[in-house]
Amino acid sequence: MRTEPSVESVFPQLEALLPLVHKPIQYVGGELNARSKDWAENPVRWALMYPDAYEVGLPNQGVQILYEVLNEADGVLAERTYSVWPDLEALMRAHGVPQFTVDGHRPVGSFDLLGVSFSTELGYTNLLTALDLAGIPLHATERDATHPVVVAGGHAAFNPEPIADFVDAAVLGDGEQAVLEISRLVGQWKVEGSPGGREELLLRLARSGAVYVPAFYDVSYLPDGRIQRVAPNRPGVPWRVGKHTVMDLDEWPYPKTPLVPLAETVHERMSVEIFRGCTRGCRFCQAGMITRPVRERSITGVGAMVEQGLAATGFEEVGLLSLSSADHSEIKDIAKGLADRYEGTNTGLSLPSTRVDAFNIDLANELSRGGRRSGLTFAPEGGSERMRRVINKMVTEEDLIRTVATAYGNGWRQVKLYFMCGLPTETDEDVLQIARLAAEVIRTGRSVSGRRDIRCTVSIGGFVPKPHTPFQWAAQLDHETTDARLLLLRDALRADREYGKAVGYRYHDGRPGIIEGLLSRGDRRVGAVIEQVWADGARFDGWSEHFSFDRWASAAERALVDQPVDLDWYTTRERGYTEVLPWDHLDSGLDKEWLWQDWQDALEQVEVEDCRWTPCFDCGVCPQLGTEIQVGPTGAQLLPLDVVRPNPLVQA
Amino acid sequence: MARSPEGPPPPLAVQRLRLRYAKRGRLRFSSHRDFQRALERALRRASVPMAFSAGFSPHPKISYANAAPTGVASEAEYVEIAVIERCDPERLRTALDASLPPGLDILEVVEAGPGALADRLEASVYQVELPQVDVQQAAAAVDTLLAAELVEVERMTKTGPRRFDARAALVQITVADGASPAGAVPTAEPCAILRVVVRHSTPAVRPDDVLAALRQVADLVPPVPPRVTRLAQGPLGAALDDVADPFAPDRA
Repeated sequence: MRTEPSVESVFPQLEALLPLVHKPIQYVGGELNARSKDWAENPVRWALMYPDAYEVGLPNQGVQILYEVLNEADGVLAERTYSVWPDLEALMRAHGVPQFTVDGHRPVGSFDLLGVSFSTELGYTNLLTALDLAGIPLHATERDATHPVVVAGGHAAFNPEPIADFVDAAVLGDGEQAVLEISRLVGQWKVEGSPGGREELLLRLARSGAVYVPAFYDVSYLPDGRIQRVAPNRPGVPWRVGKHTVMDLDEWPYPKTPLVPLAETVHERMSVEIFRGCTRGCRFCQAGMITRPVRERSITGVGAMVEQGLAATGFEEVGLLSLSSADHSEIKDIAKGLADRYEGTNTGLSLPSTRVDAFNIDLANELSRGGRRSGLTFAPEGGSERMRRVINKMVTEEDLIRTVATAYGNGWRQVKLYFMCGLPTETDEDVLQIARLAAEVIRTGRSVSGRRDIRCTVSIGGFVPKPHTPFQWAAQLDHETTDARLLLLRDALRADREYGKAVGYRYHDGRPGIIEGLLSRGDRRVGAVIEQVWADGARFDGWSEHFSFDRWASAAERALVDQPVDLDWYTTRERGYTEVLPWDHLDSGLDKEWLWQDWQDALEQVEVEDCRWTPCFDCGVCPQLGTEIQVGPTGAQLLPLDVVRPNPLVQA
Repeated sequence: MARSPEGPPPPLAVQRLRLRYAKRGRLRFSSHRDFQRALERALRRASVPMAFSAGFSPHPKISYANAAPTGVASEAEYVEIAVIERCDPERLRTALDASLPPGLDILEVVEAGPGALADRLEASVYQVELPQVDVQQAAAAVDTLLAAELVEVERMTKTGPRRFDARAALVQITVADGASPAGAVPTAEPCAILRVVVRHSTPAVRPDDVLAALRQVADLVPPVPPRVTRLAQGPLGAALDDVADPFAPDRA
């Protein structure tokens, strides 16, 4: 029988350190709607981690959803933990305070499971810090029955090979049902007296198909460094592990009571996910590829979540989230219904992630009725028409100009345009087209609004090819060329005497993208690089003030010295049709043949439609996973809320 | 053509209410901005009929006064709100307190009388607990500090280091022994407790500045972080050893 380690709160020890650190409030917990369940009565215990600072991690929807789903389950408890900043890390090491949860301030090492949500690969070094502070061996092979099972999730878990040494398992896809299944298996195993120790538990998890356990697969390599084969090394472990898909979002209305932090966070609003998945088919977009098919929440489901969430939180703003929110089949009725319901209540409504078309201006007008109009954001992504055909972002220049003309004509003063640099087949000329486009945007804006104070901001970053996308085979552009192109564009924008001053320019240099590229498409050998760079001091790699390209490059050189591969091999090398990719045994549902065909189509500038409005084009997801598109319209409407209840505070 | 908000201007305030609240326990680590966000959301959850400013970014009408620094607990923080329907102060207090997290506690609500609340907050009384500091040593350090005419301390501000006098604002400091309170069994560890009456000034002299001054004049360096609580704020009494209730004129 596994002995239960001490679960005393470490808050007394932590409290003495808090006066010495920056923004101590982020470590004390006690948020509105936080849960605290009894340790003894709930034998399956999860610590859920977002491996970044509290201000980034707290608003994360994935963690908030699983936190609530798990805490609603009988016999299961979940507490949250976030990365501590280096000032507190140093003090915790000096005073022997372990990585703790912010709910019960319990040591993370005391939990049965540590679930870590990776939205980005740049959180990998923070995972190692947390494991080390928790007293959990970095290498999964060195853990025993007293250590938590470390489970990775989130989009980056679709290729967990670079962190295969450090995690025990990975969950692909939607977590709601998967975490309950894992909890059931762990609970069962504990009730039986933990037979066969850790190995037996991991085998049960792997055989159920709920998770991918990297240790149960052997990877062999060809002399040139490419992968030869990935094969299971235990009987009953599946050759390929599939993703989880929640089919009916209305049955999973989480988070019902979102967390309200005291500390300031990056998203000071409540979010309601209006649909999951996207079939627009943008070839660079990993999120759109791995979250298929599209599953909408109904208009009434959205209305109920907004109403319940606002009552539970008091937030001033609601964001309607999805990968392309204007694509909801009932978005017009949702926008109007919510705007009507909350008119006069000083409640803001926003629709992030919208596509470039005039319909969106109508929506934005509706949502900002009588309110502030800060700016509109559009993402043409590619600078030239040719480039946009390559990436399957079906926006013509005419569409874009017509859209911004409508925006400026409706009183908007500021438009932001997002682009990427380094897309496959891109030339300097493709990127320089952005300068011409920006000038045209300002010219049009001045003409339709009759004003000269309108502005446009061009924001551009380097493209990173991602697994499970048609660009998974593409060569990433080296950072020197990326940076040169970004400077060419800057100079072109500045050189425009007529419009240049009205155009803002924001760009991110190409070097962090190369490291992200290494971690995105890396294999198990990259684990040594992560461990080396962490030992060299890497922390918070998603933050430019903490990221050091030179530290990563140097670590890669040392960790891969005995290998036939290096940083360039993982990033700027194009892959061939027959190459075994590190994530081929992980099933996002997409047919590899279809992805290859789409990659060839990209090179030929052939566009693909959206299967919501045209016949299926055989990406493979629905037949492979037994899923199907779930879209409306339902035809329902949002009725006015009963807002004329007497207020008990008011004197008669 | 500039846009302006459609529809009528926001309703006018009909009542102003003054709130005293406490910042206790682990929530003493909340900053003033953290409290502002928490209060605004709690007011919405509690359906307090707030008055809002006009324009495209309407803000609830709330005036804050003299927030205690991050890390300092308080029994005497003050804020004033304006509402568009007359509210019962006690019912509002109960509802708002229930809507705030435990540790941010609404203690009193009164309807505002004449005069500005901020003008009545002339001075603060702080309790500074110094664990592991001997009471004799603390008393000697306090005597040295009070004997000085001017003690310049330095504090980091957003615009860089700033030097100012911490002595002039000090009205009174008394020292008690926290290790052996009267009638109790002495604890093993010494603990000096300072009671500091400080006049509000610009820049405000905070408990940290008093500790910096003690370190400077008498080399008093607490081995562990002190625990500081603001006990009261209000008009300075004639005896210069306490402050009066700043709500007294509102209750009259």
